[in-house]
Amino acid sequence: MTDILMPALSPTMEEGTLAKWTIKEGDRVRSGDVIAEIETDKATMEVEAVDEGVVEALLVPAGAEGVKVNTPIARLRGEGEASAAPPAPPASAAPPPPAAAGVTPGPEASDARAPRDQGKDLVNAGGERPDPALSTPPSAAPQERASRPAANGEGRRVFASPLARRIAAQKGVDLSTLRGSGPHGRIVKADVEQARPGQAPASAPQDQQPAAPAPSEPLRQVRSLEQMGIQPGSYELIPLDNIRKVSARRLSDAFRDIPHFPLVIDCEIDALLAARTRINAVLEPQGVKVSVNDIVIKAVAMAIRQVPEANASFTPEGIAIHKHADIAMAVAIPGGLITPVIRRAEEKSLAQIATEAKDLAKRARERKLKPDEFQGGTFSVSNLGMFGIKSFSSIINEPGGCIMSVGAGMQQPVVRDGQLAVATVMSVTLTCDHRVVDGATGARFLQAFKPLVEDPVTMLA
Amino acid sequence: MDYDLIVIGSGPGGYTAAIRAAQLGLKTAIVERELLGGICLNWGCIPTKALLKSGEVYAQLSHLADYGLSAEKPAFDFTKVVARSRAVAKQLNGGVAYLMKKNKITVIEGVARLEAGRPAPKVIVRPAKGGPEQTLQAKAVILAVGARAKEIPQIGLKGDGETVWTYRDAMTPKACPKSLLVVGSGAIGIEFGCFFNALGAKVTVIEALDRILPVEDAEVSAAAQKAFEKRGLTFRTGAKVTRLEAGGAGVRIKVEAGSKTETLEAEKAIVAVGITANIEDIGLEALGVAIDRGHVATDASCATNVPGLYAIGDVAGPPWLAHKASHEGVHAAEVIAGRAGPHLAAPIPGCTYSQPQVASVGMTEAQAKETGRKVRVGRFKFSANGKAIAAGETEGFVKTVFDADTGQLLGAHLLGGEVTEMIQGFAMAMTGELTEAEIMGTVFPHPTMSEAMHEASLDAYGVVLNA
Repeated sequence: MTDILMPALSPTMEEGTLAKWTIKEGDRVRSGDVIAEIETDKATMEVEAVDEGVVEALLVPAGAEGVKVNTPIARLRGEGEASAAPPAPPASAAPPPPAAAGVTPGPEASDARAPRDQGKDLVNAGGERPDPALSTPPSAAPQERASRPAANGEGRRVFASPLARRIAAQKGVDLSTLRGSGPHGRIVKADVEQARPGQAPASAPQDQQPAAPAPSEPLRQVRSLEQMGIQPGSYELIPLDNIRKVSARRLSDAFRDIPHFPLVIDCEIDALLAARTRINAVLEPQGVKVSVNDIVIKAVAMAIRQVPEANASFTPEGIAIHKHADIAMAVAIPGGLITPVIRRAEEKSLAQIATEAKDLAKRARERKLKPDEFQGGTFSVSNLGMFGIKSFSSIINEPGGCIMSVGAGMQQPVVRDGQLAVATVMSVTLTCDHRVVDGATGARFLQAFKPLVEDPVTMLA
Repeated sequence: MDYDLIVIGSGPGGYTAAIRAAQLGLKTAIVERELLGGICLNWGCIPTKALLKSGEVYAQLSHLADYGLSAEKPAFDFTKVVARSRAVAKQLNGGVAYLMKKNKITVIEGVARLEAGRPAPKVIVRPAKGGPEQTLQAKAVILAVGARAKEIPQIGLKGDGETVWTYRDAMTPKACPKSLLVVGSGAIGIEFGCFFNALGAKVTVIEALDRILPVEDAEVSAAAQKAFEKRGLTFRTGAKVTRLEAGGAGVRIKVEAGSKTETLEAEKAIVAVGITANIEDIGLEALGVAIDRGHVATDASCATNVPGLYAIGDVAGPPWLAHKASHEGVHAAEVIAGRAGPHLAAPIPGCTYSQPQVASVGMTEAQAKETGRKVRVGRFKFSANGKAIAAGETEGFVKTVFDADTGQLLGAHLLGGEVTEMIQGFAMAMTGELTEAEIMGTVFPHPTMSEAMHEASLDAYGVVLNA
């Protein structure tokens, strides 16, 4: 037997969602076959089999969230190897404590319950009443990990210490609503003691005397739509995927916690548009087409060379001035936003940037980016010009200390030498993290940026 | 920045913290003023265990007939007993040096003090071998400088290295004294008392409180005293030392017990009245490090009030136990590396390597009742345990204290042969938050003395099998 473990798709990955199985039990797999798709914070990646064999069991259901790295997710049987005993239940790194085994769902539940029943008999022999946690039918017991409040009624397993289970049953606390602070997110006594008695599990025995029910008030929950006057059934609910959850959290954190301010500057881009036409004519045989945004990225990278302080991150130890312009470009994808990174943009030609940006954007929309392709940008560029947006200001995209919001190039009246003239004007807004980029620094950066986009030839200098 | 982490002191807390930090990829240095391994390994836990083993084996020789054996004229060579203890310490000291090398930890021999610095205090080292002072800056500093024997010079309770010993002198005497007074009946006092008693000294242990081993459960204190008295030790409990005088033929200690006063005399005395943290001459005052009842005040992350400065082990307060120091050392290293696990507050077992041994974890029965809990108490005597009878180790018992409402194991208290090797079972049950049901449902191997742990748990719930 060979266990297939949840892979780490990046060095920092701790858990992920098993989005989809592409194999089923009984399938024969060979090394290199795609067996599953795994969704992390921002990417969906295919997992390939390393070993050969017949799929004995899928240990984690498709759609399971928060599967810890190195948890067994499937089991392979070698050629000719006999089918074995039911596989061990999926555990988060460490095997579950004996008592926890009793709540394992599925066919193995009856086997795993044996040691617990033994314990129960001994308790009864001692004249104690049956432990309500022990007598909870497995079907009602939630499964899977508990480091986050697990949704009810999804058959998720909760990891909790035996003592935490018992106290929860006595207090009428639903373990699946708790966040575990113990090893691997295990719910321990302190977590239950801090919880308020809320809904008692449906199976709580009659003779239990739970503490007087306090007003049921789930922690940290905003008011429901119903409470705010929207009728149930009057909307469709799109479940939150990982991308949405992560970006919701990161954007809230960034907008709330980072002191930020916008700087706006207008750039005339007629020369840029003309240059782009000529460049594209040259590059056409190579099949490369440079966009305005590619030129903006190049100009940002060149401006960073002149004002490196704008390419910075705040850390508690100090301000990190990055040595390279790793430009994160915002790409809208179905269901969210992702920021693939063009590394060392200051060293790359326009054609290279254009080719790379196109490839990254395409793979981003297919959710095929690797984590190191969308993490660790030092400066971000977001462009809504193609939608005709005149100007906007973005939210800081950490770790970068600046994000540039690029508006549409529009023909506008401008005053030149006291005379009205018409020019194509593109408005850009630089949102700065004030902890690392002060107003004057941001302004100097835009002063460096503006001539580069207004007269792209100067980028050759 | 010279290092990610500098650990000051290489005792069981310090060297363990350094290893854990190195495992987590921190560039780590450790400063030691004397010997790698600190007190525990050179002058504490380990060499005393070597001495006690000699005492235990020698004492066994007088009971050979119980086992159907005999030997002619058992004797001992005291200098060889001490030499073996030193050899054991030296071997382990070399072991720590190897571990530092293996983990690429820089060992700096010298005396360290601290000065204000960012992001952590600067460490100034005066090299042990002479030469100029070295100023080192790290991102974090762990203070693991330990403690020393407490002395009360006002009433003469002060080691002189000749007739009045602290633990350190007591480890390397030239000869076994004929008579010995031990002031203090904690683990250190009891262990030395047992050792010298086994080798023939007339030992009297003086304890100010009303029972010996006062941190243990009262039942253990009482039974242990009986077991020690059977071996020849005498005790003065509830006896306050008012004066110790040394000189001439030996030591005289005046004690007050109630309205009675008494003067006890002996060839030597051991001062074992506690431990005092090494907080002097490190520059803590100038840095403004908060001190609480004589030790460095720390929070749940082992952090002091000074940014970048952590403290672990004896210098950070009781219990003064090597394994508490190591546990904190690992935790502090993980906090500094940003990888801290959730648990610092695990129950800390305590062990006394007397004959018979004492081991405990968690609350005593009295402490549990003081919290207002309803408790269930179980007991099982080793005299009803098959393995103990076969081994001739029938002294002592296992006592368990459960919360009657939740089944939480609140504490366990053991007296008997090798119980220090058993207590971890209860510690694991408590750390893992098992209830009586899991302990009862655990299969204990037969025949072992550990079966008494199972039976004592069953007894708490009225279902003991072999009693």
